[in-house]
Amino acid sequence: MTREEIIKEVKSVLTEEFEVSESAIQDDAVIYSTLGLDSLSLVDLVALIQYTFKVKIPANELPSIKTFKDLYDYIESHM
Amino acid sequence: MEKRVVITGMGIWSCLGTSLDEVRQSLYDGRSGIILSQERKEAGFYSPLCANVPKPDLKPYLGRDVRKLIPEEAQYAYMATLQALAQGKLEQDYIDSHEIGVIYGNDSVAEATMTALDKFRQAGSTAACGSGAIFQSMNSTVTMNLATLFHLKGINLTASAACASGSQAVGLAYLLIKNGLQDCIICGGAQEANMYSVASFDGLMAFASREDDPTKASRPFDRDRNGLVPGGGAATLIVESWEHAVQRGATILAEVVGWGFSGNGDHISTPNVAGPARSLELCLKNSGVNLREIGYINAHATSTKVGDGREALAIAQIFGDYRVPVTSTKGQTGHEMWMAGASELIYSLLMMKGGFIAGNLNFENPDEDTAKINVVPETREAHFDMFLSNSFGFGGTNSTLIVRNI
Repeated sequence: MTREEIIKEVKSVLTEEFEVSESAIQDDAVIYSTLGLDSLSLVDLVALIQYTFKVKIPANELPSIKTFKDLYDYIESHM
Repeated sequence: MEKRVVITGMGIWSCLGTSLDEVRQSLYDGRSGIILSQERKEAGFYSPLCANVPKPDLKPYLGRDVRKLIPEEAQYAYMATLQALAQGKLEQDYIDSHEIGVIYGNDSVAEATMTALDKFRQAGSTAACGSGAIFQSMNSTVTMNLATLFHLKGINLTASAACASGSQAVGLAYLLIKNGLQDCIICGGAQEANMYSVASFDGLMAFASREDDPTKASRPFDRDRNGLVPGGGAATLIVESWEHAVQRGATILAEVVGWGFSGNGDHISTPNVAGPARSLELCLKNSGVNLREIGYINAHATSTKVGDGREALAIAQIFGDYRVPVTSTKGQTGHEMWMAGASELIYSLLMMKGGFIAGNLNFENPDEDTAKINVVPETREAHFDMFLSNSFGFGGTNSTLIVRNI
């Protein structure tokens, strides 16, 4: 999967699951506040990434994934 | 000093309709909510008949972060509760500054549990279940969600008593209010209507088989009945003390005058006569009413051979020579199970307020037992100011309520 494809797929599944507009998903936007996450829905984000990309995000790595760019980087480097 | 307990609001989400007006009309017209489910037929059900319960859409009301916690049965309960709160004029501001309780009947969360565990097993990871799964997969999911969504700070409890759940929930609410422990309680019953919740029940071969004419399959008390038809949805009642209702300017619809209950102490699924009879007897005793004041009985009768017969004998034993009119609305709705005790109070209340008794659908001929009671076959105008409602369940749980018109 190319980086462009990853970005496209991430935007697609996140807008569907978290009911946000695609325009809100910018590279340097903070994931937590953009998606309106709380501790429960953070779990759903992890599950979604795992299901879509077969990439697991361990709890201790989550704090380092702050922006959407961080998320694309993580997925790309773990696929 | 004991309080008088009144009903000030009702809400319903059922195969007969999703508003009180629609349900009242369906009852009056003798409309059946039973269909043949192609999904169940293809899945290998012994009986593919079920009630046609509309799917609610909660998106206009709630965001994703709470919707994901709400399984099917709690969705129905939410919609029914919105209606009841509106009729009962119970505003959110008032609820926020007072202690309002919730007791709801529910006894399964089959599909929610199955979905969560399927995801876990397929993915080999518990993270796959999703954050809403645990909350959806507990019997108390309905009261959990209602309490959270409506900020309910009083008693917070789910009553699980099989097909008597809804009735027992109202009975418990009545008891708490009567004894001054709560002023106001949202109560009711909810039932998931998906095929997974009744797959193993279908496996008992207890469901009616009349695929050529689904609307004729559920025939309580009729000589040719051969099983029940599963249904679902939710029903909510606002129950409070007389003083509380008057103080906040609510319109009083009716009064709960008694709750009776019993256990059969017998077979896990086959009822006897003594248990139900004691439930009726205790209810009459607790209410202090003369049985001749009861103008209508809404029976439990689910269209099973043995169950309906035993209930008929119990009613005949208690009511003796007083031929009180009896029907089971399950002819139209199928067996709403955990919801039934609450929904049937609403169906009976709608009849009482509307001055009619909806005919017991598909009652064409009695059998030896059901001939002993006065089953009303066709809808008729009827004025009555008090009714009795029975709900009985697996494990021999029995619950009876008497409600008076105000």
